[in-house]
Amino acid sequence: MITITNIKRVGSEKTESVTIEGGLIKGWNLPEEGQVIDGQGGTVAPALIELHAHLREPGQTEKEDLSSGLAAAAAGGYGTVVSMPNTSPVVDDPAIVRTLIEKAAGLGFARLRPAAALTKGQKGEELAELTYLKEAGAAMFTDDGRTNENARTLRLGLETAGSLGMVISVHAEDATLRADGVMNEGPVSEALGLPGNPAAAEAARVARDIEIVAGLHAQGVPARLHVQHLSTARALDLVRAAKAQGLPVTCEVCPHHLTLTDEALRSFDAIYKVAPPLRTQADADHLLEGLRDGSVDCLATDHAPHTRAEKERDLLDAPSGIAYIELAFPLMFTRFGETLGLERILDLMTAAPARVMGWDAPTLDAGAKADLVILDLSTERPVNPAEFRSKAKFTPWAGETLKGWPVLTIVDGRVAYRR
Amino acid sequence: MNAPTSMGARPPHLLDFQDWTPERLGAILDNADTMLQVLDRPVKKVPALQGLTVCNAFFENSTRTRTSFELAARRMSADVLTFAAGASSVSKGESLRDTLEVLTSYKVDAYIVRHHAAGAAHLVARYSGKPVINAGDGRRAHPTQALLDAYTIRQEYGSLEGKKIAILGDIRHSRVARSNAELLPKLGAQVVLCGPATLLPPGLAKMPGVTLTTDPREAVRGAHAVMALRLQRERMAGGFLGSLQEYADTYQVNDTLLQEAESGAIVLHPGPMNRDLEISSDAADGPQSRILKQVENGQAIRMSVLYHLLVGRN
Repeated sequence: MITITNIKRVGSEKTESVTIEGGLIKGWNLPEEGQVIDGQGGTVAPALIELHAHLREPGQTEKEDLSSGLAAAAAGGYGTVVSMPNTSPVVDDPAIVRTLIEKAAGLGFARLRPAAALTKGQKGEELAELTYLKEAGAAMFTDDGRTNENARTLRLGLETAGSLGMVISVHAEDATLRADGVMNEGPVSEALGLPGNPAAAEAARVARDIEIVAGLHAQGVPARLHVQHLSTARALDLVRAAKAQGLPVTCEVCPHHLTLTDEALRSFDAIYKVAPPLRTQADADHLLEGLRDGSVDCLATDHAPHTRAEKERDLLDAPSGIAYIELAFPLMFTRFGETLGLERILDLMTAAPARVMGWDAPTLDAGAKADLVILDLSTERPVNPAEFRSKAKFTPWAGETLKGWPVLTIVDGRVAYRR
Repeated sequence: MNAPTSMGARPPHLLDFQDWTPERLGAILDNADTMLQVLDRPVKKVPALQGLTVCNAFFENSTRTRTSFELAARRMSADVLTFAAGASSVSKGESLRDTLEVLTSYKVDAYIVRHHAAGAAHLVARYSGKPVINAGDGRRAHPTQALLDAYTIRQEYGSLEGKKIAILGDIRHSRVARSNAELLPKLGAQVVLCGPATLLPPGLAKMPGVTLTTDPREAVRGAHAVMALRLQRERMAGGFLGSLQEYADTYQVNDTLLQEAESGAIVLHPGPMNRDLEISSDAADGPQSRILKQVENGQAIRMSVLYHLLVGRN
């Protein structure tokens, strides 16, 4: 049993305490029992939910593993993480899903809900055994890391996953339009002489996938499409229009696409190489507007760790990805606390991803699952990558002063992180 | 050489022309006059870089540029360490950073870098802490080529001020085009970039002093210098062109096209040439051609750049 004292709920100035027992919230402001933890006046919220992280296990554990990745997530205030299946081997086998869940459960950090591959080997041709993967505990299906070039296979996948009540999430990029692009196509890429990846590569693919969903929807097939890491204004407009038509399409946006632009590539530092690429300020502004008006469903980080040596390669050779699950909330709160408000940011990182997945809404009510985070909304601290739990101990925001740092994360009633 | 402060702080590297003032660029061009005189002497050697070790770090093959830099450094009395990636540990998977750490332990004083990736010379500057001369990084920049082009034009007209320079060819993949588009307007010239639409990125129109056109006659009209770029035959495979013949018929620099230019306009080519593809033999070998002059000037420019970056630096 744990009692956390000296905490405040969002929107309240009242100092309260919460008691946790058997993995559940027992109640509020009860007599102190069991282990007593001082919440130091922090703000309590349901633990954050991450729909998009690359934890690199199995097979790429020089970049990250379940232990480092889920510890990093807990330190970032996350209670649940959906891991991407583009590992080595690919998570297209129910046995791998089971192994990952069991291993993660024993670690005591954030809870793992692995996504499984949509197609065998993520090759985009033959569907994986989606029924068995769901039984094994897969949270969703995706070929993220690759693009679904074969539209018919994606359509078959949407039919199958829809019948199972499962979401398919897509890395929406037309690989032929992207070609050899390593950054956003535009005046910056042209001036730098780096191959560009046009916004049309994303928008064209989103348009195609929406049309597939629309066709199925018209026939009453319950397909569910989630667009990952949406990065362009035009693709967002397509999702917005699809929603206005009542189509079952959702999308996520990553904080790096809100806070960085293609101008960062002028440093030629591959730390800024990410897929889809950093876009323009106009795109970032449009995405922020989408967070405000609800056309963007949720935030996700696309935590994508690589080794330092890999990210020190030249921009053509270095792999894509930014890893920052430990500072996603402080980054959002510091940059957008005033424009979006605390409640909206928290919703985008807790209830909203749960809605996308069809999970129960996380609450802090008595009887609810004890997944919660205490956030220190006032203390400003510089980002120090050396302290990261992630194996990727570098970040574009190193040295930047942020506030909103988690001080305590509770997952299943147990302390998963304590500052 | 202690330059006057009005020229701005001396950039430690020549990666591109971002940090270079027109005055400093002018000093490099002026100094090349002296270097040309050295090259005319029976003993073509000066002791300016004696005791310094210059590393020719060529991660991409280039016999011409490497030879030109090697000779330039030797004529300044530097020791030259040639590193060619094809025959080295890089082909065995060694990273750029690891390679540089090895080279730096040889006590290298400056790097001349050629690499297939844009920005690689910037990384060498960051990792090595030594002065770096970019000898071509991907599509990004080839600043000594642009300097020798500017020098060749200046030799002809005395100044770049108000001159119109037409550059024709595969602009998209050309570091020579980007470097010239960056440099020549700084020296007062107007640059027109011209090529098929698929090879002419619209974003380059944002560069000051640069205009774009797909019409070769419009590009060349009234130009004082006309530069043809090498067309890589593999562009066909990339689907950028209908055929090489179609390209040659439309964009080849030849006597017919040169009639549109200012009379006496000079013809330039960074080499190596695809004769009768991007340039006709009559234009390449004719009286307006300065193509061999460019090669000779390249020596002098590279000597001048080495001098400018390395002499007087502790």
